Amino acid sequence: MAQTLLTFPKGGVHPPECKDLTEKLPIERAPVPEEIAILLVQHFGAPCTPLIKKKTEVKEGDLIGQVEAGLGANIHSSATGTVKNIGKAPHPISVTAPAVTIKVDPDAQPPSYEPRDWKSLSREELLEAVKRAGIVGIGGAGFPTHVKLSPPSEAKVDTLILNGAECEPYLTTDHRLMLEHSREIVEGAKIILTILGINTCHIGIEANKMDAVEAMEKAVAESNSNGFHIQVDALQVKYPQGSEKQLIQSITGRKVPGFGLPFDVGVIVQNVGTTKAIYDAVVLNKPLYEKVITVSGKGINRPANLLVRIGTRIADIVDYLGGVKRDLSKVVLGGPMMGFAVPSLDVPVTKTTSGILFLTKEEIDTKPHGQCIRCGWCIKACPMGLSPNEIGIYVEAGKAEETSQFGVFECFECGCCAFVCPAKRPLVQFIRLAKSKAKK
Amino acid sequence: MDQEALKKKIPSPLAVSVSPHIKSGESVEKIMWTVVACLLPPLILSIFIFGIQTLIITLISVASCVATEAITQKLLHRPITIRDGSAVITGLLLAYIIPPGVPYWMPILGAVMSIYVAKHLLGGIGFNIFNPALIGRAFLVATFPVAMTSAWLPPIRHGSVFQYMGSGVDAVSTATPLFILKHYGISGVIEKFGSLHSIYGSFFVGWRPGCIGETSALLLLIGGAYLLYKRYITWHIPVSMIATIALLTWAFGGDKLFTGNPLLAILSGGVMLGAIFMATDYVTSPTQPTGKIIFGIGAGALTVLIRLKGGYPEGVCYAILLMNPLTPALEQWFGPKRFAPPKGAMK
Repeated sequence: MAQTLLTFPKGGVHPPECKDLTEKLPIERAPVPEEIAILLVQHFGAPCTPLIKKKTEVKEGDLIGQVEAGLGANIHSSATGTVKNIGKAPHPISVTAPAVTIKVDPDAQPPSYEPRDWKSLSREELLEAVKRAGIVGIGGAGFPTHVKLSPPSEAKVDTLILNGAECEPYLTTDHRLMLEHSREIVEGAKIILTILGINTCHIGIEANKMDAVEAMEKAVAESNSNGFHIQVDALQVKYPQGSEKQLIQSITGRKVPGFGLPFDVGVIVQNVGTTKAIYDAVVLNKPLYEKVITVSGKGINRPANLLVRIGTRIADIVDYLGGVKRDLSKVVLGGPMMGFAVPSLDVPVTKTTSGILFLTKEEIDTKPHGQCIRCGWCIKACPMGLSPNEIGIYVEAGKAEETSQFGVFECFECGCCAFVCPAKRPLVQFIRLAKSKAKK
Repeated sequence: MDQEALKKKIPSPLAVSVSPHIKSGESVEKIMWTVVACLLPPLILSIFIFGIQTLIITLISVASCVATEAITQKLLHRPITIRDGSAVITGLLLAYIIPPGVPYWMPILGAVMSIYVAKHLLGGIGFNIFNPALIGRAFLVATFPVAMTSAWLPPIRHGSVFQYMGSGVDAVSTATPLFILKHYGISGVIEKFGSLHSIYGSFFVGWRPGCIGETSALLLLIGGAYLLYKRYITWHIPVSMIATIALLTWAFGGDKLFTGNPLLAILSGGVMLGAIFMATDYVTSPTQPTGKIIFGIGAGALTVLIRLKGGYPEGVCYAILLMNPLTPALEQWFGPKRFAPPKGAMK
């Protein structure tokens, strides 16, 4: 297959990939810890209301949290045991958040999930299954999937894109899922296409995962097409290839306007991991309560791709993987370009955790920042065509309110600018500050 | 798991900061010291051509720039940033654009003007409007016009093109080619420096009277090529500036239209040094391709205008200085193209 690699034209960077630490390691099931802490705020949107009380016995897969009003998704217990407490737990982004802690019963038998034929189900039944299972976009911000799959009737959606770009360095979660679960992902794509009532699907994968491209092509070829047109597109290796707007541009050439959503240009994007979760929800009737994460970085003794229960604390994962190295200096949930540094190992895994990175001093850069020398590298790197240098200078001068003229709200904080800045300026931090003060 | 056990797992407090958590290996220091390295070969050649005098002047200039920066930052209670190499570049460039025969105190004055006035009083690195080294030279030319336009030294090695030097008959023997061109025309240049053919060769290598670091097009081009390869500079400003000078000189530099000598124009004076190392200064030139090309064309056109119609034989210095303050406007007019701004948003 000698196709040209698709890509987006403006900006982007080439950080060291560092995927060799884990890309060859098969997904491994982590043991269930003694205790899990399931955050009732898993992603942006309203927090869930707990449906259980202290000392309630819960089973693996039981519904334990529900959103009463507003945007949200169901939360299920990821283990069998007893509710120990309903209180607060450390949160990867907010400092703390409401959470349910469950004392796990080590002798409990795992539930069994029997596959069923989904083709007899109606679109409404399929969508209801997705909603019931509490599925959110597990590759990124965690937008509730049933909402994303119900675009307004005036939107003319014609294309589904499965995001298998995985452009963040270190992360190999989607890579392993595409290799080991390609059949389920293709089946999941068909479920989404059925829900949306369309038949075109592109699966976008960065060309540093040609084995995944081949595995997905094979899975597409082997499955009965059922009138669907599913195509695998190899993408140029360039960060942020997996950003929704860039991916849509790379594959379809369409540009999602500022403050707009993909359905404005007729596209719905789903991460391959989310697609696998949709398969599990519809075919196996299994809620989303466990997920694959990449545990990597030079600071962990044994890097791995792990299938973990949501609510597992980082400390338990560290224990399972043989501890951390002495020169560990930063722990990041997510990728190194957009992930969140956490201050303690007490933070539990959420539905949107794609990886846990244990970074050593040599992997991060702690040099103090200097004045902007106006080299313009950040402007060249910005995939949104913004001028991060100007925003930073305005913020430093105390004029954050005046930065909307630079399109600060179009920034999705990919971090390309701060990555290339030779003066090591914390441009993403400046931009977040600008967003909090400027008016849309 | 209890807190104590948790604490034992991590060797020291974890660093917490906003993403991204990895950075490219580039730094301001790396860029600046690379530029310094690219500027050294012309200095070595100038010692060979003009003698040890050029090294002494350069060292004085660099030391004065670094000292001025340190003292200024100390007085202004700012962090001292002399290690970033930027003052060293200013010192080198300042020395490179003054004649090799000036008295030793002159570069000191120029350095104070460059670093104290043009750089730090205008806001320090990143905020200065004008190229500091060029301000230093402009100040010296305005204050000591005789020394700055006549303290040329003859090349100490006798190449065939410089045999005229040996005769030592007239005062113009050490004048720069541009001076001779301005006052005696192209025939004067040929009379003094030999056939056009050999002039191209020797000027390209650097065997001609001129400022300390400006004479060797070859070595300056090699330095520029390395900066291009490292992506520290882009081609836009040097190419557009040099091309404009060649084109306009060809069109208007002769007795009749389209009879000027473009090759001589770009091989003499400070064209190569200015276009490659000064007009590309990050702080004082635009960042975007269109802005850069307009900046280069403007600097090239002004250079030719000053050379042909102005009172000075050379115009590169003032041409770049005149374009510097246009940078903010060029940045605003030719900014990057936004991905897809929301409807009704500003530009």
